Amino acid sequence: MSDNIVEINNLSFSYNSRLLHKGINMRFPRGKVVAIMGGSGSGKTTLLRLIGGQLKPSIGEVRVDGKVVHEQDADGIYQMRRKMGMLFQFGALFTYLSVFDNVAFPMREHTDLPESIIRDLVLLKLNAVGLRGARDLMPAELSGGMARRVALARTVALDPAIIMYDEPFAGLDPISMGVILNLIRRLNDALGATSIVVTHDVHETFAMVDYIYFVSAGVVVAEGTPAELRESQMPFVHQFVHGEVDGPVPFHYNAPDFRQDLLHA
Amino acid sequence: MLDRLASTLRGIGSRVIDRIWRLGFAARFFVYSLAYSGESFRRFHLVIKEIYFTGVLSLIIILVSALFVGMVLGLQGYNTLQKYGSSEAVGVLVALSLVRELGPVVTALLFAGRAGTAITAEIGLMKATEQLSAMEMMAVNPIARVVAPRFWAGVISMPFLAALFSMMGVFGGYLVAVPMIGIDDGAFWSQMQANVDFHEDIVNGVIKSCVFGVACTIIALFEGYDAPPTAEGVSRATTRTVVNSSLAVLGLDFVLTSFMIG
Repeated sequence: MSDNIVEINNLSFSYNSRLLHKGINMRFPRGKVVAIMGGSGSGKTTLLRLIGGQLKPSIGEVRVDGKVVHEQDADGIYQMRRKMGMLFQFGALFTYLSVFDNVAFPMREHTDLPESIIRDLVLLKLNAVGLRGARDLMPAELSGGMARRVALARTVALDPAIIMYDEPFAGLDPISMGVILNLIRRLNDALGATSIVVTHDVHETFAMVDYIYFVSAGVVVAEGTPAELRESQMPFVHQFVHGEVDGPVPFHYNAPDFRQDLLHA
Repeated sequence: MLDRLASTLRGIGSRVIDRIWRLGFAARFFVYSLAYSGESFRRFHLVIKEIYFTGVLSLIIILVSALFVGMVLGLQGYNTLQKYGSSEAVGVLVALSLVRELGPVVTALLFAGRAGTAITAEIGLMKATEQLSAMEMMAVNPIARVVAPRFWAGVISMPFLAALFSMMGVFGGYLVAVPMIGIDDGAFWSQMQANVDFHEDIVNGVIKSCVFGVACTIIALFEGYDAPPTAEGVSRATTRTVVNSSLAVLGLDFVLTSFMIG
């Protein structure tokens, strides 16, 4: 058994004839929380979809537990996904189901457990995210942070080996952010899972994860532990970590010379 | 000049290819919906729940419309028939118009407007809010779990709705012809009974409504599933559901009627 539960080898991916990733290599060791960081539009979410088998790489491969994802047939991919959980950016809760039924959904779909046991399991999961009391609410009645926590309970409903988080902190207030941050680490360690967190929130991520990959313009530009990257003098990492306005990622979108542009109006 | 012509032709060509590609995608979607229907029948409660949303909740608009359509048919029928001294035949006219044509067609048009748009908007929003992706990542096939139960619910509901439409329409015609105008109710019902044939009229009407049920539901589902995941995308898809369903129903009605009469 390999030490890495997910491996991305020499992966390139094009979308609408635009090359989004060029020769990406990443390793996700078992039991660790690994972050993929990069600016908006750098294809971080696409990497999660490639790991989940929702997209196929143009070149290269993604291996999950030793198996190449895109070589699996539909049944194989569904088998693989049973080991995975994914928390979507805004939760993606089923709006027609209550909080309880949302968390029970994967259990009812994939197991033959009696309702009494499903009830206990759902309450355990909801208790872990602190929302046991909100079981009867509908998703429309939840705040953004609560919805994310319910979605997290649903994501870990079947105790997945790999948990993927797509921008888990986006649009949350500091308290909710702290709660989610804490839950990601705690659930990962309690379940013995491997977590892959796609994000651009520097301080939260650096405080929690074991390893970080920086992605920019379709390639991995830097990688390392939070301590290593905090000290990094690489211009991109420095700009990103310190939130500088200008640098390798320019403030201005490609445009002709400003003076020329004004004079030729 | 030549450049402009070439670009216009390219534009037309690309639109045609786009439409054909979309038609092919819709056909594949239809086949997948049938292929993944097993779960809908194993867990029939999923279909029953959708029958409630698509069928039962459409009842009010269907029944009220049917009542008025029947009443108008009664008035118009009496107005014409009395000129030929055969005003008792108004019952036959109302029943045949409803059972053969208006029942299946108007029900399908109302169904597209009431249930079809709801299905498209729901599926489109499920896609836009990543609920379908979330389902896929939970190793649950959205075609089997979301699309197929709605498809069968639409197909099952439509003939029942059409039958209720015809019944209510006949009752509306009766209200106008017998209590209001004063036609003999024995003549009204007996002529209807004598002239409406079970196979020729009723069975053919049921066949039509089944075909319309398949067409309207699959169009609504496909438009929702194929909608761009934006507010504008979903609103356009909802409009396309009504337009495409209405055209499909009227076109199919002509084809089916020509087979049934010919």
